[in-house]
Amino acid sequence: MSVDKNTRIDWLRQMYTGRAFEEMAEKLYALGKIHGTMHLSMGMEASAVGTIAAIKEGDYILGTHRGHTQLVAYGADLNRMMAEFMGKAAGYCRGRGGSMHIADVPGGYLGAQGIVGGNIPLSVGVGLTIRNRKTDQICVCFFGDGAANEGAFHESLNMAAIWKLPIVFVCENNQYGMSMNIKNAMAIDQISDRAASYGMPGITVDGNDVMAVYEAVGEAIKRARAGEGPSLVENNTYRWRGHSKSDANRYRTKEEIAKWMKKDPIARFQGQMIKEGVLTQAEADQIATDAKEAIESAVKFADASPEPDVSTILEGVYVE
Amino acid sequence: MRELTFLEAIREAMVQEMRRDESVFLIGEDIGVYGGAFGVSLGMLDEFGPERVIDTPISELGIGGAITGAAMTGMRPIGEIMFMDFMTLALDQLVNQAAKLRFMFGGTTKVPFMMRAPIGSGAGAAAQHSQSLENWYVHVPGLKVVMPTTPYDAKGLLIASIRDDNPVIFFEPKLLYKKAKGPVPEELYEIPLGVADVKRKGKDVSIIATGMMVPRSLEAAEALAEEGLDIVVIDPRTLRPLDEETIVKSVMKTGRVLIVHEACKTGGYGGELAAVIAESQAFDYLDAPIVRLAGKDIPIPYNRTLEYNAVPQVENIVAEARKLAKGNV
Repeated sequence: MSVDKNTRIDWLRQMYTGRAFEEMAEKLYALGKIHGTMHLSMGMEASAVGTIAAIKEGDYILGTHRGHTQLVAYGADLNRMMAEFMGKAAGYCRGRGGSMHIADVPGGYLGAQGIVGGNIPLSVGVGLTIRNRKTDQICVCFFGDGAANEGAFHESLNMAAIWKLPIVFVCENNQYGMSMNIKNAMAIDQISDRAASYGMPGITVDGNDVMAVYEAVGEAIKRARAGEGPSLVENNTYRWRGHSKSDANRYRTKEEIAKWMKKDPIARFQGQMIKEGVLTQAEADQIATDAKEAIESAVKFADASPEPDVSTILEGVYVE
Repeated sequence: MRELTFLEAIREAMVQEMRRDESVFLIGEDIGVYGGAFGVSLGMLDEFGPERVIDTPISELGIGGAITGAAMTGMRPIGEIMFMDFMTLALDQLVNQAAKLRFMFGGTTKVPFMMRAPIGSGAGAAAQHSQSLENWYVHVPGLKVVMPTTPYDAKGLLIASIRDDNPVIFFEPKLLYKKAKGPVPEELYEIPLGVADVKRKGKDVSIIATGMMVPRSLEAAEALAEEGLDIVVIDPRTLRPLDEETIVKSVMKTGRVLIVHEACKTGGYGGELAAVIAESQAFDYLDAPIVRLAGKDIPIPYNRTLEYNAVPQVENIVAEARKLAKGNV
């Protein structure tokens, strides 16, 4: 599959922007500007960007709690993302959701999730809506390796398969469900092997290779649009940071983290492009700088945005 | 007016709404050829086909997710759960997803589904097929909870629930399916959610009853009428939102209130009703303590006699209402 230069530069930009968002998130947390927690996806950017690169306008995305780069790749407004992250009124959810629940439902991004695996059953309903409308839309449903051990995974993949719903299940396998290594959480080597038990194709790809992710998800989307049903794509990757802010990394070694940091999906993709001669180091540096500046400007926007008015606290529970 | 059973009224409401609105579909276990465990959807598959009367595997969580995801993206699904006891398997989707998505996403989405399930004991099905856990759902902001007790109310409330833009949990007292029969208009009509109905007027005691306790309270009131007592019976019909005004007004008139529900007493809906009354201006009009008559704090037993004694029956209601009326509380 060949992808033109400008598209690939866009992917690089998205990965840098997702990374910059999360570096800033850590900084803001350290400064005491953020309360609560956050789940960082640093090191996993190729999985989010490669997956979302394969969808088109009108498709649906169900995200995860580790979803900042998924949102960036979707094209979320950075100002509104940062404002939500900081709990401000101008945020995507008017400050009600925070890092874990950023959503743009009218645009098709059906929300980031705080319940591990809680979004997988939703995909079945989205699939039924598409079937009812008889459009060629599809739904991409992200989840992690931990969610693959929830009952929700089993019920949903089975239902999607029997009804041949246009869903691509994308498992971002970052090796750990909080502290538990997948080797202790399941007796098989690949989560994609489970696809066979639902009668759908399953594939495991190098989730730090944005092109490999794009190609695998693209194939699955092609099947889904053609009415051939769902697929399971497992992106093998790794999160550099802890599960959340409370994580002291007691369950893994510095060596292991260092080994995976050498497989940085951004450096890798950028290196390939420079080697191929489609990108110069100077251009790459500029992309990185632009990404940081875009995030800094989003912080300025969010800082200037007002807190939600307490008098609005009851709004949005019900449609009146 | 022609008469329908409770079950027929529910089916007619679903059928007529599905004819009217393409976005409405029914999804659940064994609702197709089988017609549902109680026969509520019998014949609907023939009219609407398998894409609108969708038989699912035994996957209650999946059903909860399917109706939530479909509702978020523009449909108005009706999920059927075979027994309300099995809704516990779908709780994540109902409580963490459906009820919260709109608020959590800043009002940018809505989840217009309804989930229907039979509720209550009396059918000899023991502890895992006989519960009344309605108050679990009442406690969750974002959900609406409806429990009709007559065929007329069932049709009108069901239509209103389908058309409501919020997730509505709709409990059907299973003993009423074939036993309750009454006049039901042939045309479509809505009974607004959040409006109670005074099923019987009176002046001596206000009985606030839900579900199966409504027909039992009406029977008790008739028995007490022979003793010269004039009992009010109010059916909230919608547990959330609650029509507080109708209840408060009645208590101000009678000064005596008996709350009757089938669910276990501890943590049951009666506590909420009692608190609403105690916090209202009706408090000053009370001539006796608020009395709750509820299910015993036990799982529903299998044995017929034990099961009968686990929840309020007509004679229990008669006794409590009489005591209250005569100032013996």
